[in-house]
Order: sequence, then C-alpha cells, then structure tokens
Amino acid sequence: MRKALRTIVYNRTSMSTRRALTACAAVLVAAGPGCGERPAPATPRPPDEPKLDVVAPWIDTAGFQPRGVVPAALPLSAALENIAAPTVAIRGATILTATGRRIERGTIVLERGAITALGGAEVEVPFGARVVDGAGKFVTPGLIDTHSHLGVYAAPSSRAHNDGNEATKPVTARARAAYGYWPQDPQIARAVAGGVTAALILPGSANLIGGHGFTVAMRPGRTVDEVAFPGAPPTLKMACGENPKRVHGDKGGPSTRMGVYAAFRAAFHEAAAYAGKRAAHASARAQWEARRARAAELDARAPDGKKIAGEPAPEPPAIDLDLETLAAVLRGEVLVQVHCYRGDEMAHMIAIAKELGFTIRSFHHALEAYKIRDRLAAEGIAVNTWADWWGFKLEAYDGIPENAALVTEQGGRATIHSDSPIGIQRLNQEAAKALAAGRRAGVALDDDAALRWITAHPAWVLGIDTVTGTLEVGKRADVVLWSGPPFSVYTRAELVLVGGEIGFDRATGLRPSDHELGVGAVGGAP
Amino acid sequence: MSGRAPRPALRTPRPAGVGTAALALAVAAAVAAAPAVAEPIAIVGATVHVKPGQVVAGATVIVDGGKVTAVGVGVRPPAGARVIDGAGKVVTAGLIEPLSGVGLIGIDQEGPANDGRLGPRDEVHDDPVHAAYEARDGFDPRGVSVAVARAGGLTLVVAAPSGGLLAGQSAAWTLDGAIEPVRAPLAMHGQLGAGGGAAAGGSRGRAIALLREVLDDARAYGRDRAAFERNARRRMIADRLDLEALQPVLRGAVPLVVAVHAEADIRAALRVARDFRLRLVIAGGAEAWRVAPELARARVPVVLDPTDNLPRMLEAGDVRADAAAILARAGVAVAVSTLGKSAEARTLRQLAGVAVAGGLTWDQGLAAVTTVPATIYGLAGRGTVERGAIADLVVWSGDPLELTSAAEVVLIGGAIQPTVDHQTRLLERYRTLPPRP
Repeated sequence: MRKALRTIVYNRTSMSTRRALTACAAVLVAAGPGCGERPAPATPRPPDEPKLDVVAPWIDTAGFQPRGVVPAALPLSAALENIAAPTVAIRGATILTATGRRIERGTIVLERGAITALGGAEVEVPFGARVVDGAGKFVTPGLIDTHSHLGVYAAPSSRAHNDGNEATKPVTARARAAYGYWPQDPQIARAVAGGVTAALILPGSANLIGGHGFTVAMRPGRTVDEVAFPGAPPTLKMACGENPKRVHGDKGGPSTRMGVYAAFRAAFHEAAAYAGKRAAHASARAQWEARRARAAELDARAPDGKKIAGEPAPEPPAIDLDLETLAAVLRGEVLVQVHCYRGDEMAHMIAIAKELGFTIRSFHHALEAYKIRDRLAAEGIAVNTWADWWGFKLEAYDGIPENAALVTEQGGRATIHSDSPIGIQRLNQEAAKALAAGRRAGVALDDDAALRWITAHPAWVLGIDTVTGTLEVGKRADVVLWSGPPFSVYTRAELVLVGGEIGFDRATGLRPSDHELGVGAVGGAP
Repeated sequence: MSGRAPRPALRTPRPAGVGTAALALAVAAAVAAAPAVAEPIAIVGATVHVKPGQVVAGATVIVDGGKVTAVGVGVRPPAGARVIDGAGKVVTAGLIEPLSGVGLIGIDQEGPANDGRLGPRDEVHDDPVHAAYEARDGFDPRGVSVAVARAGGLTLVVAAPSGGLLAGQSAAWTLDGAIEPVRAPLAMHGQLGAGGGAAAGGSRGRAIALLREVLDDARAYGRDRAAFERNARRRMIADRLDLEALQPVLRGAVPLVVAVHAEADIRAALRVARDFRLRLVIAGGAEAWRVAPELARARVPVVLDPTDNLPRMLEAGDVRADAAAILARAGVAVAVSTLGKSAEARTLRQLAGVAVAGGLTWDQGLAAVTTVPATIYGLAGRGTVERGAIADLVVWSGDPLELTSAAEVVLIGGAIQPTVDHQTRLLERYRTLPPRP
C-alpha cells in the first residue's frame, strides 16, 4: 500500500534535495534545530506540467499499534494506604516483629491500612479503635508464601480449573498467572485463616519459562485487580530439571538436561537480539520523527504551499510477547524465580544468568541448597524450600530438614514456602519444624530468624520488603494475632489483617467463597 | 495412566563401584549396627503415657525380652540393664501409621522404586481388581523411607497399596528392618467415589455396582471352587487369585479399607458392608462427619488426614477442619494417617497435633496414631506401654505431638534402633562445606 502511494506521487523534490533534507534531519537529531533553508529548485517548472496535488504522506506505523492505555504502574507506597481499613489496636500480646525486636505485653495500632504505633503498654490507643485483648497471645507480621498455585489450580480440582501450566511449548514467558487466577478459589480464605497475607502465585513448572507470577494480597475478590498486591514488581517463573524434560520430552523437547540449558541460553540470546532490533528501530524512528517534524516546519514556511514528500516510518520489528518479557529480564526489571532442586543445576542457572546478563532473585524448592550454600550466599540469591518434603522424585532425593537452617547459618536468605494449598495454611508449623531440625544440628537460631523465613525474607523475594514482612511503624498492616506461640502445633490464627482489613476472624469463622455459598457447612447450608 | 503389574522386590541397591572389601566392611558395619535384644533396658524417670488417658510422671519402664515387663514409679532397673535417663522426657508407644506407603514407595515418581501405587487397571488383565496383589511382595524393609519414618517416631506401618477399585492387601510391618511382616495379609484395600468410578470405567455408582459384583463372584467362588475349576460357572469379573484373596474379607477375618469421600458413597459402602457382613474401615472420608452417627452405630472406624480441609472433590465438597472431632464425639474410632504417603510419613505426629488443634482431646490425638490403628487391624500387644506389651516405644524430647520435639530413642521389639539414615548421612557430609577450589 505504502509502495503504491509512493509511485504515484508527483515528485517535486529532487533526489539531491531529499538527501540534503535527510542529512539535515540527522543533524537535527544529533544537535537540535538550526538546519539550513530549503535549497532552491534546480530548474523552473515547465508550464505544461499537470497539476497533481498528491504528495507522499508521512505514514506512521505507530498508528497500527494497539491503542489500549497501559495503566500507570502503582508505586509500592500504594500498599500502605487503605481508607476503608478499620482502626484496630491489639494490646497485651507478645509481639514478634521479624526485625529482631520482641515486645512483651506490647501494643500495636493499625490505621488506614498501615502500622501507626508499636510499643509497650504506654502506647496510646486512638479513639474509636477496635481494641483486641492480646493477653497470652502472640502477634507476628502476616505470613508470605513465595510459591503458591492457589487460584491457578483452584478447588474443586478439575480440568476446568487447571490454569497454571501453559504446557504447549517450553517457553511461554508471555503467559501471566494473573489471567489464570480465580479470585473466588475457596482455598484463598483457608490460606488467610492460616495467617497468610500475601503470596506469589506462580505458573507451574511444566515449562522452562512458564510466565509472569502474580503477587497477591491474600483475600478473595471479584476481579484480580482487586487482589493484586499494589505496586509489586513483576516476577517471572522458570524451571529446570525433571519437570520440563518430562512434559516436553515427547513433544519437541527439551528431553534432556542438555536440552534444558541449551534452550534457556537460546531463549535469552534470542531476547538479546530482539532487544537489539527494538533499540535499532527506536533510534531509526527517532530520526524519522525528527525529519517529519522538520518537514512540517519547512512545509509551513513554503511560499508556494508545496509540501515535502513524506516517508513511511521505519518498519517496527514484529512484537514478540515472550521476547518482550525476556528483554525486560535482561534490563533487570523482573524478579526471576527459578524452580530448581539440585545444587549442580542451580550452579548451571547461575552461570547462565551471568553469561546472559540477568540476575536470579531466588531458587524455589532448592532441596540441595545446603550443598552450595556458600555460593548462594555469595550471589545473594534467596532459597525457598520446605521443612521436610523430599524423596518424591529423584531430583528431590537428597533433601534434608536442616536445609533452611544451614543456608541461614551461611548468611544466605532462606524462606519456607508451601507450593501446596494445605501447606500454605500452616507455614508457621513448617518453619517450626525447620527451626527444630536446625537447632538439633547445632545451628544457632533464634525464633525471630525462623519467623523471617515466612515473613521478611519472602517479602524480599517478592520485592515488597520495603512495605511489608516486618512489624514496624509505617509498614503495611499485614498482621496476625495467634492464639499462642506461633511455632506450636496447637496454635491457630485468631485474627488476620490484610492491608488493615479483617481477612479472617476466628470468632466469625471462615468466609465462604461465592462457589461455596449455600452449599455445605462452610457455605452456610441449613 | 497405564497400570503396572505388581513386581517382586528383588532389588539389591548397591553403590556403583564398591569393591568387595568395602562391601565386606559395609556388611560388618550393618551387623554391628543391628539391634541386639539381649540386654534389658530401663528408661528411668520419664513421663510415660502408658496408654492414652493413663499418664505416669517420673516413671520407669523396663523392657526385657522384647516386651515391657514393668512400668511405674519406683520400679527398680534389673541388674545389668542399660539405663536411659528419662528425666524431662516423654515416653509413648511407637506410632503406628494406619495407611502408609513406607517400604513400598522409595521414590514416588519412579516406577521401579514404587510398589504402592497401582494403576487404575492392571496391565495384564485390564480390569480394576488387583485383590490378589500383596504389599508383602513389594515391601522393602531397607527402603530409604523406612529409617526416615522411624526417626519420626513411627515403629510400625500398615503398608497398603492403592489404585484400582480393589488395590490389594496390606501388610503390617515394623520399621526395624525385619525381613518378615508382623502380619500379612492384613486387610483388603480399595476405593470408591470418583477414583473407584474411573477405575471401574464409569461413574461413582458404577464403582459400587462393580464392588458388589466382585464380592458376589467371590462368594460364589468360595462356595464351590470345584465348579469354577470345571469352568461350570458363569463368567466372573475377577481372576481366581483375586477371588481367593477376597475370601478372608467375606469371612470378616480381615477388614476392607475403602478410600471414600462423598456422603452418598459412604452410605453406599455401609450398605455393601451390611449386605456382605464385611468389617468396613473408611479411609479419607472427607464427608464422613456427615454420617458420624451411622458410622458409630455400625462400629466403622475412620482413618483420616486432619489437614485435608479443602473442598477439592467435586463429589465431596462438604469438608471441614473439625471433622475428626465431630466423628470422635459421635463415638467413631478415629485414626490419623498420611493416607499412603511414604517420604512424608514422619509428619504423622504433626497431623495428630493438628487434629488436636482442631478439637480432638490430646489423648484422642495420641490414640489416633497408637491404640486406634492397633485396634482397627487387630494388632494385639501394640500401641501401648502397658506391662506385657510388645516394646515398640519412643523416648521423646517433649510432647510427641509438638513440632519442636524429637524422637530421641526408638525401640522396636525391645531393641534400640539406629538413628542413621540417608538424610543424617547427608547432613554429616555437608555440615561443613569443602573449601571452594
């Protein structure tokens, strides 16, 4: 189409003029305005020339791009403000802050979604606050799970609810867990009742690069935007080892670990080349825009009303949403989360990340992290693991209960994650088991260190540690009141505040999801 | 989902490249580590849960000849007894896991290391009935999960197969490396509901109908085996060995343990059990709490996992966290189980603790992993620390249901068990890292 237009244009600008104009535009781009005047026509126009007023337009390919408006990314500080949140004060409880500070008979005040006061009995309770008696009870930050498939593998379990693995090709970086997340999954309310206030919802591990994670404030909602954790940075799920081999081995590969890591490297090399093309296009387009602007300027000043022939904008490279995502990883804009069990495989991933120029935020499952904990600590890569899951497959054969403790002893950052709709309901118990195993192995750990495994450290893995994960004045009101010491099997969450709102209150019981209403005991059936 | 025929356990796992000398050493070490039963053992000054509801503080337990010979305050250790200081410790019977994959499942996702999960259909016969399969034939007493489970305070497991409509027969096995089971076959295991229906090639109702059909065939077979041999019987839907394996079930000599969740299926199972006069045990039982009075009346126990509180099953969504407590209050015998898991067997005491947090009394929680499983399977002399009981017991650092406690000493058949397993060896090796090159 554009070519056809160009051929019928009655060209009143000679080639030499055009070249001069182009050079002029290039100068414009480099040094701003100040280019010379239009060159004089070489020869006077013959009088019998037909009067065609067709001039090549400046065709802007941007007009063919999607026109949707991308909402401005919220700043993380948006997580700290919730005008709908009630004012709540818990008094007399033992407060474990996950900062190393422990307050006996403490008071914590929550207002408008944030912690506004924290201290002992002297802390004043604002007028009109709901005052909760915490005597004999414990307060901790809300628990955070770095690895959950709630919502993307919702209950009831059914093929209809399998929305967590786009297992159609090994790289689906474009996929987003948020699109698979069902915010009325009945499992969500049970996780909140376990004290969980935020989680990273991840695509499964069928693919090498499964797609974007979705950081949620743990509460049911009508739509995903209602439950997204405000301002949380983007994350990307990757997986090495057995799972991608098993899933893709019979449908085009990779079928071996050789293929797995070759494919990772190939994907990022492709992304780097793609990013290069995009940059080249951006530069060419900037020059084109400058020429167009200059031409408009000259056209406006042309005494004869004659216009300069336009040029089509440089053709943009085809948008590839997978490569867009990986290019963002290469720019350091995405927190990379890698499912990986074995120590030697984690080392492969670290080497590949160095080769391709990206950083890994954390390894998930990482049952052999203890074997390479020196490297992981040196690289500053977090380790998300279980207390005592092991042995369900060969790459999980060497898991030991001291894993989190040994990583911690080394100065690394460990978390206890669930990867399970059952386990997410008792992260505190899982941390307790890992704590006990570590102490038996002679690792010096205080309770606060184990609490950080399920609060402050996961907040860092998700990139939301500046607003949640610890109890400090000014932080988000993600808070749990426990019936007793949080590391006892008999203790249960009594009150869970999610961003200052009551997420769970044992006095009123579990809030059924839409799906459960009117059916069954939880749904309030007569 | 193709099924696998049961295979005998002929594995002799051996590290590659181990020379004869090293092997001889390893054997010698194994012999040295093998528990000796000879000397009497006295656990002195512990808090002893003789049985659920009967606790004695500052008590001494004497173990001799594989049995508990005395228990109480002021009991004097016999001469030559090995004395274990029980001060500040808690002694209970060893935990009994009523539905386990330990010994059957080494690595869940690896076929050759998994003899616990049979396919819904048998590869050879293409039918959902594997009644003749015996867990005994697959059990590996030296399997990797055995020692890890024992370190969690388990002393006996009911190793049970799963898969199909009828999965086969379980074996009761102590976790001391014993070559022979305590008893096998112990019980028949099967499933109804959606899983049973899928195995039966149809709906949940199809599973019930097929179960009745199999039981009816087995009854007919049992009444006249000769007719079967002459081929003078109508076509039967199960093979001869399957029909044979069902005879003790029909006699009521062994229980039929059925994994079943929906209220409708549980009621149907109760009707089948009544019609065929079976000893029924419900496993899982997501909606069993809704049938609590009927289960109590029929004296049908429930083996459950108290953490399973999610409405995961479309056919059985009425699940609640306090189901164990509701059942127990109605008078149903409640046992707690991982429901067939292997690597996670050591979480059994945590599950009992969760059940207590959910409303069971502490004694009911302990009973759920000791006396109740022993009673369900008729394992006489196990599950308590009473005088005369088989000395399967555990010395705990504290409350056995509490997460921070540990099993410090495990006795099976009166013998102190080794505390070494795959994981402790790994910890030893990596407690200090080698310097980086």
